[in-house]
Amino acid sequence: MTSPSIDRDHAVQLMREMTRIRRFEEKCAELYSAGKIRGFLHLYVGEEAIATGVMRALEADDAVVATYREHGHALARGINANALMAEMYGRVEGVSHGRGGSMHVFDAATRFYGGNAIVGGGLPLAVGLALADKMQGRNRVTACFFGEGAIAEGAFHESMNLAAVWQLPVLFCCENNLYAMGTALARSESETDLVLKAAAFDVAAWPVDGMDVLAVEQHARRAVDVVRAGSGPVFLELRTYRFRAHSMYDPDRYRGREEIEHWRERDPLVTFPASMPDFLDQATLDGIERDVAAEIEAAIAFAEAGSLEAAADLERFVTMDRVPS
Amino acid sequence: MTAGGTRQLQYRVAMREAMREALLADERVFLMGEDVGAYGGCFAVSLGLFEEFGPERIRDTPLSELAFVGAGIGAALGGMRPIVEIMTVNFSLLALDQILNNAATLSHMSGGQFAIPLVIRIPTGGGRQLAAQHSHSLEGWYAHIPGLRVLAPATVEDARGMLAPALADPNPVLIFEHVLLYNVEEEVPLEPATVDIASAAIRRGGRDVSLITYGGSLPLVLEAAAELATAGIDAEVIDLRVLRPLDERTVLESVTRTHRAVVVDEGWRSGSLSAEISARIMERAFFDLDAPVQRICSVEVPVPYAQQLEEAARPRASEVVRVARALVEGRPVDG
Ligand SMILES: Cc1ncc(C[n+]2csc(CCOP(=O)(O)OP(=O)(O)O)c2C)c(N)n1
Repeated sequence: MTSPSIDRDHAVQLMREMTRIRRFEEKCAELYSAGKIRGFLHLYVGEEAIATGVMRALEADDAVVATYREHGHALARGINANALMAEMYGRVEGVSHGRGGSMHVFDAATRFYGGNAIVGGGLPLAVGLALADKMQGRNRVTACFFGEGAIAEGAFHESMNLAAVWQLPVLFCCENNLYAMGTALARSESETDLVLKAAAFDVAAWPVDGMDVLAVEQHARRAVDVVRAGSGPVFLELRTYRFRAHSMYDPDRYRGREEIEHWRERDPLVTFPASMPDFLDQATLDGIERDVAAEIEAAIAFAEAGSLEAAADLERFVTMDRVPS
Repeated sequence: MTAGGTRQLQYRVAMREAMREALLADERVFLMGEDVGAYGGCFAVSLGLFEEFGPERIRDTPLSELAFVGAGIGAALGGMRPIVEIMTVNFSLLALDQILNNAATLSHMSGGQFAIPLVIRIPTGGGRQLAAQHSHSLEGWYAHIPGLRVLAPATVEDARGMLAPALADPNPVLIFEHVLLYNVEEEVPLEPATVDIASAAIRRGGRDVSLITYGGSLPLVLEAAAELATAGIDAEVIDLRVLRPLDERTVLESVTRTHRAVVVDEGWRSGSLSAEISARIMERAFFDLDAPVQRICSVEVPVPYAQQLEEAARPRASEVVRVARALVEGRPVDG
């Protein structure tokens, strides 16, 4: 399955990225309980291999469109942990100036277009970004992340069709974690094979083990190559599981402990280092944990020291006086 | 200086010329929507552009309002200057999510990191016996939304001139074109005038009463003003032109002079743009008023097919005359 043909550096980078995301979010959960972070908070715990693997396949000038469950994507895309944490705190130093919070991370510098909390709402945007690239002759890819729940939305079907009929460079990354809030896939879809659904649009599509970070990276590279070659969009079904509840409000009544335990055995933060004992020995892992802990502590300190946007600025940017370059 | 010559121009053709000019002037401009290309546009506004500019820039879309409006937003984010046409305002509801949750929101929510220089053109309004799913006037709903600019060209000159500044605006601009205006022909200067997209226009000066309207109702209000003149009543006619942000000053200055106001709005009365105008007059010019502000709106029914019913549902010039006369003569409006 996993290709052993990576070097030590590569293994460490993957492990470091997944660890950053996991620990960052675990800290977010604590901060949420402490009342430091408010609103909705959707954690990516268990799904880290996907963002980690896919982002490595993208170039700096590619674009990313994500959902409200996007902390992992933001970190893996290179958004600074300080600015991300400050956003959680609603501070003006936050990546969206504190106006978006957990669900609405935006970052022009990394071409990160949200953070969309309307299920399916990001898909048409991704299609348009790709259309702009195609019309302007730029060889860029737009990666669009969404959950399997979004497949029931009209926006999914319209966007897949549009991207396919116009042969646009979109990488559709469906993170199938089996539940849309509490609704299991089979309870909401008549056809549960998502690859078949994508194939109905004549879009190249295949499933990927989303718990295997190397598989994700490999398949994402292959998919990005196809998209970048101008052969139209690709749909990846990344099979995964969220270990925690949908959001901090969710009592998680709809799935069994056994099922969760079963998936936890596939935790990429456990299985990946176990598959690379030579590269990821205990000392290395400890080193990663130390670095990550320091980064997160610094991010919290940054957020704590952050300032609140003045209410006098409330109406700033409702409209823009120019297009930012 | 221009020679000062004029020509007859049709509203539909004016809009087409404006699009053509924009397409020629800026590579980033393109038009997309349902049947804008090979078919020539369902109101024939884009007729001929497909042949001239080709299928890349005059882009026929599938029946996917949500996706192609959203794609317009994405394309604007990606550096293009899209003009999106939605066949009629009723269909825009299928894209409302993208218009509100993305187009109107992303700049503010991202802390000013992104702008969305997008134009959406939407035919609106009734009067063609197209019944209740093709005849409504929902521009007032859109005028509720911060982050959008909402335009209602009521004259051929505005149809010709509003698109260029709309495309130059870094924000999403919605242009509502009343379907009854498409065939209107007017005398316009040979050299297209530059128009602003910020202010209301006084289409007829007057001392006795302010008739405030926009879009497809302007012709009937001008007709009413002419009739009032024969009765010795001098009505001022204000064309709002811009439904958001409202040019409150022009309205208030007029009312301060005439002391009476009638708002004519093809939208439904409850929670309407006319309610907003009326409220602002009350808030800001109450002590200048000699009579309560009056409103003439569509009857609150789904617009019916049968001609006499549709006519009964829509604002009429005769009603504007009746209400304005009552105000000026100090009589109760009802009865
Ligand atoms: C249009 C819309 N409908 C409903 C919701 C409420 N909601 C938020 S997340 C969610 C579940 C989505 O599940 P999925 O797409 O599988 O993504 P996941 O949360 O599992 O990552 C729902 C129903 C919403 N945000 N937007």
